[in-house]
Amino acid sequence: MREITLSKAVNEAIAEEMRRDETIFLLGEDVAEAGTPFKVLSGLVEEFGTERVIDTPISEPGFTGIAVGAALTGSRPIVDLMFGDFLFLIMDQLCNQAAKAYYMSGGKLNVPMVLRTNLGATRRSAAQHSQSLHALVAHIPGLKVALPSSAYEAKGLMKTAIRDNNPVVIFEDKLMYQDKAPVPEEEYLIPFGEANVKRQGKDITLIGTSSMVQVAEAAAEALAKEGIEAEVIDPRTIVPLDEETLLRSVKKTSRAIVIDEGHQSYGITGEIASRLNEKAFYHLDAPVVRMGAMDVPVPFSPALEDLTVPTVEKVTAMARRLVAGEMIHAA
Amino acid sequence: MSAARKKKTNAEDYLRMYRQMVRIRAFEDRANQLYLSAKMPGLTHMYSGQEAVAVGICEALTATDRITSTHRGHGHCVAKGANFKEMFCELLGKEEGYCRGKGGSMHIADQSNGNLGANAIVGGSMGIATGAALSAKRLGTDDVAVCFFGDGATAQGLWYEVMNMAALWGLPVIYACENNGYSEYTKTDEIAAGSLTARAEAFGIEAHVVDGQDVLAVNDLTQKLVARARKGEGPFFIQLDTYRYHGHHVGDINREYYRSKDEEALWKSERDPIVNFGKWLVDQGISSSDDLDKVKSEVETDADAAVAYAEAAPYPDTREVDMHVYAPSAA
Ligand SMILES: Cc1ncc(C[n+]2csc(CCOP(=O)(O)OP(=O)(O)O)c2C)c(N)n1
Ligand SMILES: [Mg+2]
Repeated sequence: MREITLSKAVNEAIAEEMRRDETIFLLGEDVAEAGTPFKVLSGLVEEFGTERVIDTPISEPGFTGIAVGAALTGSRPIVDLMFGDFLFLIMDQLCNQAAKAYYMSGGKLNVPMVLRTNLGATRRSAAQHSQSLHALVAHIPGLKVALPSSAYEAKGLMKTAIRDNNPVVIFEDKLMYQDKAPVPEEEYLIPFGEANVKRQGKDITLIGTSSMVQVAEAAAEALAKEGIEAEVIDPRTIVPLDEETLLRSVKKTSRAIVIDEGHQSYGITGEIASRLNEKAFYHLDAPVVRMGAMDVPVPFSPALEDLTVPTVEKVTAMARRLVAGEMIHAA
Repeated sequence: MSAARKKKTNAEDYLRMYRQMVRIRAFEDRANQLYLSAKMPGLTHMYSGQEAVAVGICEALTATDRITSTHRGHGHCVAKGANFKEMFCELLGKEEGYCRGKGGSMHIADQSNGNLGANAIVGGSMGIATGAALSAKRLGTDDVAVCFFGDGATAQGLWYEVMNMAALWGLPVIYACENNGYSEYTKTDEIAAGSLTARAEAFGIEAHVVDGQDVLAVNDLTQKLVARARKGEGPFFIQLDTYRYHGHHVGDINREYYRSKDEEALWKSERDPIVNFGKWLVDQGISSSDDLDKVKSEVETDADAAVAYAEAAPYPDTREVDMHVYAPSAA
């Protein structure tokens, strides 16, 4: 199968959907000629013109609000938010307006809109350009949240997001844009709420999101050399969450670590761990462990930044301890 | 004050302005080199070309007057009184940096000289500068606050909210818009409707346009507005027309698709703020070209020493990673 970059996969998904459906348009900062700073959207304006690939001023709440209005009235906008950190600017439009319109109207109005943005630290971009804020939007009922872990997922999830009749937020890892993965030429979609079991194992379950799937896979590889068989699962969407697949795995392995790049406190790792504790308690041999980013603003200095994220070494060490039974009596 | 004495004072002021502009250029040339030689983590936005704006304005301020800076903030930082050593240390993520390596290029600031921070959120400091002005008024200091931002930042709704309040409450704040013609990879003409001065005037705020390549024009105007702001006649708005010599950031090399080489050459060859001011100083008999060359070589020696110092300086101790998340408070 051919291999393409995550960037190209996103580009293809959007182009294919725009060819299929005239009501789709794109808007955001420097999306047209520049094709975004990460060059993900290059070529789209040439094919679809500036009526459908629209450069906006640096007015995030404004253009998000415009997208909500357009989505309520027959369009299917894709909003490009250059950095996930700018979510804080658009929270009202996304969370008070887009997320609630369907419910508040008793099902009479809906917002078929995609917000594509990014997450991920270790790019030396400091505290306002390195955050992983997906837990914030996952907290708000009415929003769906997808976290592609490779080019394959990026394409299939984007196409599903565009066809969804709800506001969907997709977070791409900004360090993965040039990573290649096999992506079929033929059309495919990845349904929301279907986790992907990346590797089978019987001793421990490693649940990773976004780029943390790679970390989990590398940890599983290292553990295999020591005779520990780790199962690796990528939930792919955190809203909706495929609890069934996660529970099935944990009931088999009796141990789990949840790895995610958002801050550890009040985050995705805690949510997933808590669901496993609630629903698989009697099957567990150890507490489900959360491994998120440190609860600090992301520091600029490489000497500090690298300490803040989960790594293969940290995950491997934690898995080893869990399997050895060390965490059972943890406070 | 006698006429002779006034001339002498002015001459000192002029030479200091010249030196400060040269210092900014020297700093940026080295920052760019550090990036190109892969010694600097991350990206940075060069201030070269805009020196007369930062220097003309900051030379009209006292050390306790506040400024807020932007992602393109090295120039403001130097102009408000910072040292090279701590600046280069910050750029390289070293412990002795102004922010102990936690901020990096986009958050660099010498806080002890009234710089409230560079900001990686476009328009993110507009409220902060206005709040500093409110604080000055409430506390009865006669400090003013200058809010630096780019032409692209005028698209942020926050600006209109805070201008309204600043005008209602007569705050000593000066909104200084550095109009370099571009927001990232887009001509600002294409994403800004109407006139910027008219936007300020709509709130009853006195607005000025000044040649941002002419340090004396900038300084004269700012001195007058600062004096009036101290007397309670603020707020004010200044549009400073200028140009950035480099790409949007150091990695933006192939940029002819949005900005022509001819245009860049024209600004550099005919409107350079340092060259033109140097010529004027010589023409007026205030300095000789030898003396100006001497200033340059002194500054460059200084800058090289600071770079060498920063390269050898230690990174912060890893224990610093979770320091400074919360300020200590009395119980
Ligand atoms: C809220 C926000 N939106 C977008 C960006 C990305 N961005 C960084 S600089 C920039 C352009 C800013 O243009 P301008 O204000 O004119 O400043 P200049 O870069 O020209 O100095 C953009 C869009 C950002 N940092 N913050
Ligand atoms: Mg600009």
